[in-house]
Amino acid sequence: MLELSILFPSILNGLTTGAVYALIALGLTLIYGVLHIINFAHGALLMIALYGVFFLNAKLGLDPYAALPVMVPGMFALGYALQRFVIGRASHGKDENILLATLGLTLVLENFALYAWRSDTRTIETPYTFSTVDVAGAMISTPKVVAFFGALAATAILLAFIARSDLGRAIRAVARERQGAKLVGIDVEHVFAMSFGIGLACLGAAACFLLPAYYVNPQVGNGFVLIAFTIVVLGGMGSFAGALLGGFIIGVVESVGGLWLGESLGQIGIFVIFIAILLFRPQGIFGART
Amino acid sequence: MKTLYAILVLCGAVALLPAFVSSGVVLNLVIMTLYATLLGQAWNILAGFGGQYSFGHAAFFGTGAYASAALQVHFGVNAWLCLPFAIVCGAAVGALVGALSFRYGLRGSYFALVTLAFAEVFRILANSVKFTGGGVGLLVPLKSSALDFQFQGKAGFLYVILALTLAGFLLSWWLKHSRYGAWLTAVRDNEDSAAALGVDVFRVKLQAIVISAGLTAAGGAFYVQYFQYIDPHIAYGPAVSVEALLGPIVGGLGTVFGPLLGAAALKLLGELTRNLMGDAPGVSLMIYGAVLIAMVTFLPRGIGGLFQRLAAKAP
Amino acid sequence: MLQARHVSISFGGLKAVDDASLAVPAGSITSLIGPNGAGKSTLFGILSGFLEPDAGSVSFLGQDVTGLAPHRICRLGMTRTFQLAQPFAGQTVRENIAVGSHLHRPQRKVALVHAESVALRVGLAGQLDKPARDLTIAARKRLELARALATEPKLLLLDEVLAGLNPQEVSEMSPVIRAIRDDGGVTVLMIEHVMQAVMNLSEHTWVLNNGQLIAEGKPADVTRDPRVIEAYLGRGAAERLRTSGNEAHA
Repeated sequence: MLELSILFPSILNGLTTGAVYALIALGLTLIYGVLHIINFAHGALLMIALYGVFFLNAKLGLDPYAALPVMVPGMFALGYALQRFVIGRASHGKDENILLATLGLTLVLENFALYAWRSDTRTIETPYTFSTVDVAGAMISTPKVVAFFGALAATAILLAFIARSDLGRAIRAVARERQGAKLVGIDVEHVFAMSFGIGLACLGAAACFLLPAYYVNPQVGNGFVLIAFTIVVLGGMGSFAGALLGGFIIGVVESVGGLWLGESLGQIGIFVIFIAILLFRPQGIFGART
Repeated sequence: MKTLYAILVLCGAVALLPAFVSSGVVLNLVIMTLYATLLGQAWNILAGFGGQYSFGHAAFFGTGAYASAALQVHFGVNAWLCLPFAIVCGAAVGALVGALSFRYGLRGSYFALVTLAFAEVFRILANSVKFTGGGVGLLVPLKSSALDFQFQGKAGFLYVILALTLAGFLLSWWLKHSRYGAWLTAVRDNEDSAAALGVDVFRVKLQAIVISAGLTAAGGAFYVQYFQYIDPHIAYGPAVSVEALLGPIVGGLGTVFGPLLGAAALKLLGELTRNLMGDAPGVSLMIYGAVLIAMVTFLPRGIGGLFQRLAAKAP
Repeated sequence: MLQARHVSISFGGLKAVDDASLAVPAGSITSLIGPNGAGKSTLFGILSGFLEPDAGSVSFLGQDVTGLAPHRICRLGMTRTFQLAQPFAGQTVRENIAVGSHLHRPQRKVALVHAESVALRVGLAGQLDKPARDLTIAARKRLELARALATEPKLLLLDEVLAGLNPQEVSEMSPVIRAIRDDGGVTVLMIEHVMQAVMNLSEHTWVLNNGQLIAEGKPADVTRDPRVIEAYLGRGAAERLRTSGNEAHA
């Protein structure tokens, strides 16, 4: 079972999944780093994005990758509005409130999807859905390879933006020292909303890369929430490098774990890691001990 | 004292219900409301009184449900005897989760996440293991005698769930009037101050989660008897965890009647929704989600808190 | 009654408390002073079990309590207050104090009655049913004191209990603190910035600067000690004060 010919493709597949996971986790860690909120609704929002890609394809015939220019700004706008008008209002400064508000949001989104689009699992078919790419002897499905490079590219763009742009600087300032940022005139509310928007824009991009190799139904979000949190906690809350590394690690663990224990049981490895990290090293790999 | 009387009067009134009402639909509504109340009471102990918000109470519910179902299906144990066993199993899981989480100082969102993870782990295990029937779940054999914790009509079930919620009420009342309750709310409001005043914070939290888990597990065992079926999704899925927390938040955290108020209000809302919009899937939960957001934003003390504020303003 | 021996603690490379040794005699009112950031609250944290020192030991009533959990130390008879008053915000004054009373009183009703009597001693009798979050700063400080008193400690660690009070409030609180020792027989160790209180209330003073204990003795002597003056006012200050004093007389 540990034969290289089986293990190698499994690891590669894990890496491709991991890249997309990393992009998802990046959005989550950005939101946490800046707003200090744990966005419970991240999974449900990914689900909405996936439906977005699906319907753009089903109704308008738009190829998922071509949908990027629609999904990314669209999800950004959704995120901005959500933070500004819903989540921001609900917080009252309390940790638990955000938790409950985002849980409520999850309920609303999941059940709206259930009501509007029923519980059927949907997939899309593109000309390249069934083609594969030869990677050093392993046959990896094309959508996954595209997802790998696409997610990495999106991540690079995001990181460059945060590092170089004015908004990026403001974001980093607010993340590090909220009061101080306010004092130097940064519109913190605006930065919050922008950050949340960017976090969701990551989901929009991730959805475009994910759907061709995956599927969507109202419940998919649940599976992604814990995985995303595991990655963020593993890598360190608020750390981009951590989200990246964590994404790859978890992707591979899930893939190889599935090889060993079968698909459903294989996921246990992830959650056990999650619990272990929270208990024994809550700051993760790159996080600072507070 | 007044609260105690109110509890007894309320429960007495409900106990008399089957004498006047024979409609299965109405009785079912009351039973399900009390069932939701029970889950809420249990969650309220840990979260409302103790300040530890669990998002994975399904871990305790499912354990109680499976403990009871498995004993009956695999070993033919009498269902009534399964109830205390289920409670103990649930409490044990509570002790495990609590010991790990609190020993390592998990609070707030981290604690909520860890409970969620535990529930998921249990769900996956239940889905994969023969003892729990795997993905198919367990069907509790049909018996027809009250001695087997199954009843012909609804009245029997009503009395059982009423007894359980009465226990929940009394527990909540006791928390408001005991030293342990004072310690628990102190830990909720400020752990450091509590410790400085001699409160063993770890022990208090652990005891709270054990009590909460045991009570939740009782709800799980009841569910199995009422519906005669359990599977991993029902037992350990997010639905139960959400149901447990909605009532207390809507009705008022850390109060005796909050879980009941909330459960009743939500049930009413659910029925209203069903009448207006038919049985479309997901509608009531969507509305519950919106209610949750609204509650947190505008009424953090719940309906109960609203009443308290209005009463305080009254001349 | 309380002894700290060579206690040290570091946080990420910064030595917050450096080889500190002090002793608090039973029945005294002792003060711990020093400029901001000297490490006084950190030292309190070590004494009361909230922090475990990297080195050194703490003994209370002859028993080694180094690293013992805060609630255990409280049960042994040492209770601390916090610099930033941390009441149980949603609960009433009575309920707040009762938490302390419960240490020695398992029954709810008994604890509540005891809480009332403690509130009387610190002057909070009129606000017993007020939610703690509605109290003024001065009242919160009293509540902090009352809660600690309710545990009936043998040693009370007061962390800047007079901070943020105006002079009148200070002069109202000081007799209360003195009465705690005079009438109640409770030993008091207080961190204080309000010099008036330090001079009037305490018999013995320890001075902490940069984590190190630099002086001890009677308050009047210690405040004249050039090292202490320099700790507060900077290098050379003692000399400058002395020369300017001489010039003024000349």
